[in-house]
Amino acid sequence: MVLSDVVNNPGQAGGTREQDLILSVQQGQHELFYELVRPYERRVYAAALAILRNEHDAEDAAQEAMLKAFANIRQFRAEARFSTWLIQITVNEALMRRRRQRTVQMEGIDGHRSGAGDEESEYAPRDFADWREIPSEALERKEVRLRLAEALGTLDRKYREVFVLRDMEHLNIQETAEALGITVASVKTRLLRARLMLRDLLAAGWEQGWFSRLPFEKGNKPW
Amino acid sequence: MVNHEALNCERVWREISNYVEGDVDAALRSTMDEHFRTCPRCASVLAGTRNVVQLYGDERMLEVPAGFSRRLEKRLAKKAAVKGSGWSSWSAWLVPVAALVLIAGTLWMTSSSRNWPAFKSQHAVPAKDIPPDLVVVVSSGAKLFHVPGCEFIHDKASQRSMTAKEAMREGYVPCPRCLRQYLKTGLTREHGEDAEAEAVEQGEVLRTAGH
Repeated sequence: MVLSDVVNNPGQAGGTREQDLILSVQQGQHELFYELVRPYERRVYAAALAILRNEHDAEDAAQEAMLKAFANIRQFRAEARFSTWLIQITVNEALMRRRRQRTVQMEGIDGHRSGAGDEESEYAPRDFADWREIPSEALERKEVRLRLAEALGTLDRKYREVFVLRDMEHLNIQETAEALGITVASVKTRLLRARLMLRDLLAAGWEQGWFSRLPFEKGNKPW
Repeated sequence: MVNHEALNCERVWREISNYVEGDVDAALRSTMDEHFRTCPRCASVLAGTRNVVQLYGDERMLEVPAGFSRRLEKRLAKKAAVKGSGWSSWSAWLVPVAALVLIAGTLWMTSSSRNWPAFKSQHAVPAKDIPPDLVVVVSSGAKLFHVPGCEFIHDKASQRSMTAKEAMREGYVPCPRCLRQYLKTGLTREHGEDAEAEAVEQGEVLRTAGH
């Protein structure tokens, strides 16, 4: 299975409808704009949160990005995906705010990955030989979603941003690179590191009982 | 063609993200597939990496705070209302300019009324140095206040006493004869203008008195 199998793109699913909405808004039916962006609310917010790491700031940035998209809707060209355009505006808004805040936070995951911040160094994934997949049904539980979000939050910023844009926002590698102003090679390197670290964190989470009430708990651990 | 012997675990880990992306050539993919079949650890890393991609790629992982949609819709509606009101037309600047003029006018009037009472005579000019506690008299239908006994008091039968401060607060202005000294010190007018004001006041007095 490749990544494209799991990509969920609401923009493509309702492409024609979306194009009609875009055209209508561009022609002056401004009241339709919310209908246009509503499917992307969560993605826009998540992109802002990945960069700002503060719910209040993220909401403000996400909404400001939506307003900017609205103000500049005439500049949108059909050759780009609307969702990508929207996420790009959001990332720019969030990055601008972060620069303005001038807050430098020292981030990093657990101490045993002291070299995690150096993307050029090798990363050796932990050995969980009996790994099995965590069923997606686990996401029905808010507690599980919270744990996953916490794990993501422990990643160094540069890994988290790439991971969110690529694996949660479903931008492609090139779009992710453009959004963050980094090279394609850096995106690939950081993405690899982010995925492996999260894999280790999730595995460690099993040991800490994050998913302890899942159906296969009794005598059937995933590794 | 990648040499399978050269494909150790470290090389697999370096390529595993590209493998999941489908971003490796057929030869490397085939070699990695073989490696996964024979290496439990790398198979575990692959399964875990896919699991991460699947879990985090799920829409349910993207949550917005309570009320986010409502607040966004409200802000957009507000913006749409402004955008749809023809801000690019000539009326775009007329409305705010008119509002500013109105506000400025109101402020000016408020400021003026705070410093100057509404005079009963449109030609009146206030005096500055009249002692506020000076006892003066006013009478019905007149516009001036006088010192008691002034021969120009109109309708002496209806006269009543008050302080100069109270009289001015009620809009009366000093009699240019009995209170002339205060007008002279209180006004900044030139002599000619003073005389003209006096003449006007006299005329008003005469008209008020029915002469």
